[in-house]
Amino acid sequence: MKQLILCVLAALFLATPALAEKKDTCVSCHRDLDGEMAAPVQGMQGDVHAQYGLSCADCHGGDPTQEDMEASMDPRRGYRGAPTVEQIPEFCGTCHADAATIRKFKPGLRVDQLELYWTSVHGQQHQKGDWKVAQCVSCHGVHGILPGSDPRSPVYPTNVPRTCARCHSDAGLMAGYRIPTDQFDKYRTSVHGRPLLEKGVRGAPACNDCHGNHGAAPPGVSSVSNVCGQCHPVNSELLKQSPHQKPFEEMGVAACESCHGNHGIQRPTDDMLGAEEGSACTSCHERGSRGHQAAEAMRGAVDGLKAKRDAAEALILRAEQAGMEVSQAKFDLNEVGNALTKARASVHAFSLVKLEETVKEGEGLADGTRRKGEQAIAELQFRRKGLGVSLVIILGVAVALFFKIREMDRRRGLR
Amino acid sequence: MEAKTRSKVLDWLDERLQVQVALSFLAKKVVPLHRHSIWYYFGGMALFLFSVQVVTGILLLLYYRPTAEAAFESVQFIVTEVRFGWLIRSIHSWSANLMVAVLFVHMLSVFLLKAYRKPRELTWVTGVLLFFCVLGFGFSGYLLPWNTLAFFATKVGTELVNTVPVVGQPLLIFLRGGEDVTGATLTRFFGFHVAVLPMLTALVLALHLLMVQFQGMSVPPSMQGQEDRMKKMPFFPNFLLRDALGWLVALGLLAALAAVFPWELGVKADPFAPAPAGIKPEWYFMFMFQTLKLAPSHILFLEGEMVVFLFFGLCGLGLILVPFLDVWSRRGERSPLFTAAGILMIVYIATMTAVGYLVKVG
Amino acid sequence: MAHGEGLLNGRPAGGRRRFLNWALGGGAVGLAGSVFYPILQFVLPPRLSEAVLASVVAGKVGELAPNTGKIFKFGSKPGLLVRLPSGEYKAFSAVCSHLQCTVQYRGDLSQIWCACHNGHFNLNGEVLSGPPPAPLEAYSVAVRGDEIVVSKA
Repeated sequence: MKQLILCVLAALFLATPALAEKKDTCVSCHRDLDGEMAAPVQGMQGDVHAQYGLSCADCHGGDPTQEDMEASMDPRRGYRGAPTVEQIPEFCGTCHADAATIRKFKPGLRVDQLELYWTSVHGQQHQKGDWKVAQCVSCHGVHGILPGSDPRSPVYPTNVPRTCARCHSDAGLMAGYRIPTDQFDKYRTSVHGRPLLEKGVRGAPACNDCHGNHGAAPPGVSSVSNVCGQCHPVNSELLKQSPHQKPFEEMGVAACESCHGNHGIQRPTDDMLGAEEGSACTSCHERGSRGHQAAEAMRGAVDGLKAKRDAAEALILRAEQAGMEVSQAKFDLNEVGNALTKARASVHAFSLVKLEETVKEGEGLADGTRRKGEQAIAELQFRRKGLGVSLVIILGVAVALFFKIREMDRRRGLR
Repeated sequence: MEAKTRSKVLDWLDERLQVQVALSFLAKKVVPLHRHSIWYYFGGMALFLFSVQVVTGILLLLYYRPTAEAAFESVQFIVTEVRFGWLIRSIHSWSANLMVAVLFVHMLSVFLLKAYRKPRELTWVTGVLLFFCVLGFGFSGYLLPWNTLAFFATKVGTELVNTVPVVGQPLLIFLRGGEDVTGATLTRFFGFHVAVLPMLTALVLALHLLMVQFQGMSVPPSMQGQEDRMKKMPFFPNFLLRDALGWLVALGLLAALAAVFPWELGVKADPFAPAPAGIKPEWYFMFMFQTLKLAPSHILFLEGEMVVFLFFGLCGLGLILVPFLDVWSRRGERSPLFTAAGILMIVYIATMTAVGYLVKVG
Repeated sequence: MAHGEGLLNGRPAGGRRRFLNWALGGGAVGLAGSVFYPILQFVLPPRLSEAVLASVVAGKVGELAPNTGKIFKFGSKPGLLVRLPSGEYKAFSAVCSHLQCTVQYRGDLSQIWCACHNGHFNLNGEVLSGPPPAPLEAYSVAVRGDEIVVSKA
């Protein structure tokens, strides 16, 4: 009898979890359907919302405890169905724009995305009834949304450019908007795109770093300098105080972009500076103008410093490979390299006087380094003198030996 | 006064070690004077240069570190921080090359003068073994500075071992201390260079020198009949003083080379960098290397490189066995075939070495 | 044998022979000296006792005030020694991982900063903002007596 009671209790105990399991008929029904109808179930398995215990009904409404299809998808039980494109932003915003709700799940998450979206070009077009533009689902996906920090997410920094390019590189889709569709192609060859896309360097900017995320819009002409200045503050500051600032403002020229481009920015070279064909300066400054002459002089100054640096480096390398001690000289050479970088940055002040100050400092350092290299080479020469001395001794002994040999030979009657 | 001290010391030693027997034997050592006597100097010169290597090598050993992380830096340290380190290092590198050159002359002159004839067969055999030891010294030592040149020369050099059938692959792994040339190879080569080879060389050299003392200097076959009538020079002190003069000149030459053409440090080896164009082995391996490069990909049904390798292996074996192969010299007859072979060897080596440096092949 | 030539019994006169012996002996001593002197100098250890620069004295105790930093030479590259507000020391390679400018310590930010392109690093050498793609290599610091010794970690 006791055993029977124990068995029954054990069975109940084991069955309780099964009885207590939440019933989700959305999942159990749709799982067994075909294609498009079953896809949401598979997607949701990895979805970030599912990890917080949220399921179909939490967004779509309805009653997941009902076995009957009509009962579970009954509008009277709150069923909202799949939102239309027009409804999507507000649909997601029901939770994501409500601080109190989000605080329950992830307090650190922002809740201003919807607000920002309405200020963006996408948002404004959406309000005008353009359903082709991006809304939440276009970038984040729908069933199977991953947090932005997950490398598989389409909005993870290294994936952002491709996500934007899905629409912005599609000439057919973009027809009628009068903006180019080559941004991604240009970006991926650029000095920003290559580290991000090819090496996963997170410090490199993606589309959102310059255009904004949810509030995405191209920066205004006057704000380009500030946008670039987020990472390049030295150049931006110098530019704002330079003689270029006012003319750019008056002519409505986007400061940094006018020389460096926007999407296809390449690593700047010294060739961008100067009076040669193809330089950035000659695109505005005509031959004979003051600007033209200044450009030529500035290029000359930078070239001069570079040449001195290269000469010192070659000399030190030669000495090192010959086996001379040059670590101090190499240390100083780092400083010359720094000076050259500073000089190139200070070009953005567009003032020959300021540039020449920086260049002069660098040239002083380069001269000192070169002297150290020359000393090292001279030491090599000095050894030859020491050699001369020892050779004299050897010669002396050899001569004495020669005569000794002759004497020995005579003694033995060999001569 | 000094004569009395000298004889006192000798008596003391003689009572214990019978040194007088050896000394009086050596005092009688003579060197025959004839047209080809000049070649007698080269053995002693090689010995002198070898001693220079031992001394400078031991000195370098005080500072050198045989690991991939520190080898290059330690050589740099020797050359830049240690007083006269540049001199010791450059002398070691130059003397190595001079020694190999002198050894080529010594070996080839002995060959052409047929000094390997009875009773000097074993002297020849030990000599050839010494030659192989020295080549081993050269190959193992070359890697030790761990610069790009050394690294890739070793890579290419050891790679060739692979072409030997059956034992090639295990031999390669034994030499390299693994599949590739790594720090393990460096440590291994270091062990060969400073312990294994010196010990082997010391033993074989002792035998070689002992035999030379016992058997005296050989004269060329054509002059054998006149040997008794030839002028003889006592080794002590006349020939030895001449030897010393030669050694003195060599020392001066080494010092000059070290100061005027110091041995470069190069760039630290980077195993992951691509091989630089035009890797060459040291000049004394060039003729073998060049032959391999010129070998067709297949000879009959065998791989070209393997055939060349085996050919050189056979040559090496043949070289050791020369005294036994040259039946004409054994019978006391003239041996023009072997003279021709010797000259052919010289011409081949010289030509291939020149081609290796002058002609861009492949 | 002619006396006129200074020969006596087939040998050069004693004086000449003695001179020759002295010349040879003296020369040999000179030669020995010029061989043994370099060897002796070689075996005496140089000032810098180790080949691979594993550690360096970056400064003296008391040289740096709290919340300041200084650049020191580590081999041929610059290093940065920082004294935290708490008084303890940290050291890093001062070569910025972006374009190899020399970084500096900013006491006002309690961060390491690169002036070239506004790269910011925290006191673990990790990148906080700006273009540097990799953290600064950290060195280990030990205080020995009154010297601050920095070595590769």
